[in-house]
Amino acid sequence: MKSKNKRIIPGFGLSMGVTLAILSVIVLIPLASLVIFTAQMSLGDIIKTITRDRVLASFEVSFLTALIASLINAVMGVILAWVLVRYDFPLKRLLDGMIELPFALPTAVAGIALTSMTADTGFIGSFFARFGIRIAYTRIGITVALVFIGIPFVVRAVQPVLEKLDPSIEEAAATLGEGRCRTFFRVVFPEIMPAVFTGFGLAFGRCLGEYGSVVFIAGNQPFETEITPLIIMSELQEYDYASATAIALVMLAASFLILFLVNFIQIRNAKILKGGGSGA
Amino acid sequence: MRKSSGLVKWLLIGISFLFIFIMLVLPLVTVITEALRQGFGAYKDAIADKYTVKAMLLTLEATLAATAVNTIFGLFAAWLITKFHFRGKKLLGSLIDLPVTVSPIIAGLIFVLTFGRQSPIYPLLESLDIKIVFAVPGIILATVFVTFPFISRELIPVLEAEGTDEEEAAALMGAKGWTIFSKITFPHIKWAFLYGIVLCAARAMGEFGAVSVLSGHLRGKTNTLPLHVEILFNEFKYVPAFAVSSILVMMAVAILIIRSVVEYIGKRESENVH
Repeated sequence: MKSKNKRIIPGFGLSMGVTLAILSVIVLIPLASLVIFTAQMSLGDIIKTITRDRVLASFEVSFLTALIASLINAVMGVILAWVLVRYDFPLKRLLDGMIELPFALPTAVAGIALTSMTADTGFIGSFFARFGIRIAYTRIGITVALVFIGIPFVVRAVQPVLEKLDPSIEEAAATLGEGRCRTFFRVVFPEIMPAVFTGFGLAFGRCLGEYGSVVFIAGNQPFETEITPLIIMSELQEYDYASATAIALVMLAASFLILFLVNFIQIRNAKILKGGGSGA
Repeated sequence: MRKSSGLVKWLLIGISFLFIFIMLVLPLVTVITEALRQGFGAYKDAIADKYTVKAMLLTLEATLAATAVNTIFGLFAAWLITKFHFRGKKLLGSLIDLPVTVSPIIAGLIFVLTFGRQSPIYPLLESLDIKIVFAVPGIILATVFVTFPFISRELIPVLEAEGTDEEEAAALMGAKGWTIFSKITFPHIKWAFLYGIVLCAARAMGEFGAVSVLSGHLRGKTNTLPLHVEILFNEFKYVPAFAVSSILVMMAVAILIIRSVVEYIGKRESENVH
């Protein structure tokens, strides 16, 4: 079977060659150089670098803001996906199209626009300033920027699952006397749960590494609003490649862990999608 | 029962519109109003500024180069993964997806480690007089990296759904590789292909973090449009910063429109076929 397939359709050697050549230059060689560079560092130095107070504080800032932003996006993502799949209303196509904006808009542009909106003189910022709440240059500001970046992930993960889900099951549950909330949480939610987790995981991973939209709004105060990617950036600007790499390794480990979990959940999710909902 | 159902429906729709309006529409409006704050004259001056034009040309160059490389890679990789059985296919798939899961700053870092001063191949590059880090080739490499899977990822699901029967039949009847691809495979993937190119170009022109690491921030030399926005904003030149941003906003909106049109035509065509 294996060799038969290879021989019938032409182009195996050529496409393998081109794919591996480009993959090597863009991904494999740079990755190998990261491994080689890491191998030359001592474990003690790496630990010393990543346990510096300022670095630890940046882990806390990055992790907390990414977590809160992804939770907000998980809730809003489910609402948006539900509204887009289940209801008909004016401007629906426009709403659906807008979801993708954070993918299309350069992060630096999003960053300066959100900063200008939420600064004390801005449209939103001046409103909250009256209550003594500052958004720009605080952790709230970082969270706002990360919410912006993460919007499409949960919506786009949940939408196809909801489309596959048969509304008649919910109707049946409702006819049997289940309340609306109970129907949602007992019938719909278990079905879309893996998709919500997948979207949440992808958004969280993206938010952890986000740089462009955050640097403008964060204010970048050490210990307060300094995110980990910014620390790596400043180490690079001081040509301290060893410290930059040590901190980057922690972030890489975190994002691979997230990716692993998402993949694990996605395999189960694919089964639901292929099975056509709950198999009813 | 029915009445409360209508209430919940419009409440949820209201929440959705409010959220999207504040988070997505307002930032766009802010860019446009801030850009025009001092009138059209100041706006035009900011856009016609010679550094802005140079940044625009460099962005165009990097976007074209990244899209070209990823198009070639995407076509070959998608063909390889969907038409043949071989060992390590899963690993190959993960390696292709890897660049988008890495923080853009780390993407920049690994290219600095590969081609920078402390790299083992640096003396070789220097003797050949090739500059990569803090120069245009570095910017292009970083842009290719962050958009790496964008085209193959759109093609693979479509090709997988089509299977290999038609290509096998054509090959058995003696068709050559190019004929099979252009006559049989390409018509199936053309909308996904176009969509992938649009996504890739969009991300390429807006990349900030990775390019920021590899650019030396030399105005007029290694400054792309997003980096130019950063410099202007940090110099408190808000009107020029937002004016340059408005170019990128218009491109983003154009991309969203193209995306919707491509998706719409693609859907209609596949409905006509089946």
